[in-house]
Amino acid sequence: MSTATTAQQSPPAESKSGRGTLYRGKEGMWSWVGHRITGVVIFLFLLVHVLDTALVRVSPEAYDAVIGTYKNWYMALGESGLVAAVIYHAFNGIRIVLVDFWQKGTKYHRHMFWTVMILWVVVFGAFFIRHMMLVLGG
Amino acid sequence: MTTQQQINIAAPRSGDIDPKYIRQSASSSSNWEMFKWLFMRISGPILLVLIFTHLFTNLMLGDGVHGLNFGLVAGKWASPLWQIWDLVMLWLAMIHGTIGVATIIDDYTKKDRTRVAFKVALYLASITIVVLGTLVIFTFEPCMTDAAGNLLDNSPSFCFNQ
Ligand code: HEM
Ligand code: HEM
Repeated sequence: MSTATTAQQSPPAESKSGRGTLYRGKEGMWSWVGHRITGVVIFLFLLVHVLDTALVRVSPEAYDAVIGTYKNWYMALGESGLVAAVIYHAFNGIRIVLVDFWQKGTKYHRHMFWTVMILWVVVFGAFFIRHMMLVLGG
Repeated sequence: MTTQQQINIAAPRSGDIDPKYIRQSASSSSNWEMFKWLFMRISGPILLVLIFTHLFTNLMLGDGVHGLNFGLVAGKWASPLWQIWDLVMLWLAMIHGTIGVATIIDDYTKKDRTRVAFKVALYLASITIVVLGTLVIFTFEPCMTDAAGNLLDNSPSFCFNQ
């Protein structure tokens, strides 16, 4: 019997805290799933966004007519969802860069993940309040 | 029998991976993979600055979304700073996004034909959008005229002072 098998039967206590692995289960994996989904969402938005901006080459009326359909509360919620995705993807992307390039990156990856979540709540919260006030106020 | 059984798992990008698990041929491999990996990590932080500023100026300043109209775009693109800003943002975001989505296609398509079909569609869409977006920035005309050469009534105010 090898010790490797024994080790498999009783996993080291460390793996419970998620410190044994960077990517499987726990924060490492969920942050990656979120990064993927937000990346695709932003990409699809950008394709449409360049098309609607291209209307400035058609006529001022055409552009203003389409932009005009964005100025109500339900589109404001959609924009907020997009901005929420952008903020998460951006902060988590910086975390990925730090894990890869910063010497202590792997050691602090869980701290950095929770920092990303806190920053996300703060920055998105501020955005959401101001955006909804502007949309509903005017 | 030794007490410690050797387990060998090749590290990603180590080159020790059994060829049967690798899709692309060895010759076309590492440099391009490395370039993409680096590109994602260099463009990302730059995009953060470009996009956060874009969202802040368009949605948070002044009247926010209510202030957006043709006149605002005309005013912004009258300045080379915003033209270049948007141009760099367009190219970096589209290349970054295209590399990212291509990776995702590689991960989830099993058959070669499906993969190629998705990727061709992706690259065609990306090229179209980058070309269109670039043309829009460079050929933008804030003071549009009708067929007779008169300024359109709803042109931004600075057009009438010329
Ligand atoms: C709901 C949020 C957004 C609004 C209201 C918005 C609004 C605008 C407006 C008014 C313009 C015209 C030019 C300018 O202002 O610089 C524009 C252009 C542009 N935006 Fe956004 N934007 C949003 C989100 C984004 C995001 C998330 C990205 C990047 C992924 C982005 C990328 C671009 C690009 C590349 C252009 C230039 C398009 C071209 O070359 O024709 N925008 N946007
Ligand atoms: C706002 C600043 C941004 C930062 C800091 C950032 C950072 C990153 C990083 C570091 C990666 C990881 C690449 C890897 O794992 O090899 C990534 C992946 C990706 N990004 Fe971004 N990015 C940003 C904006 C964008 C934008 C605007 C788009 C869409 C147009 C986008 C779409 C993607 C996609 C689709 C992936 C692939 C995800 C995957 O393979 O799971 N990102 N990003």
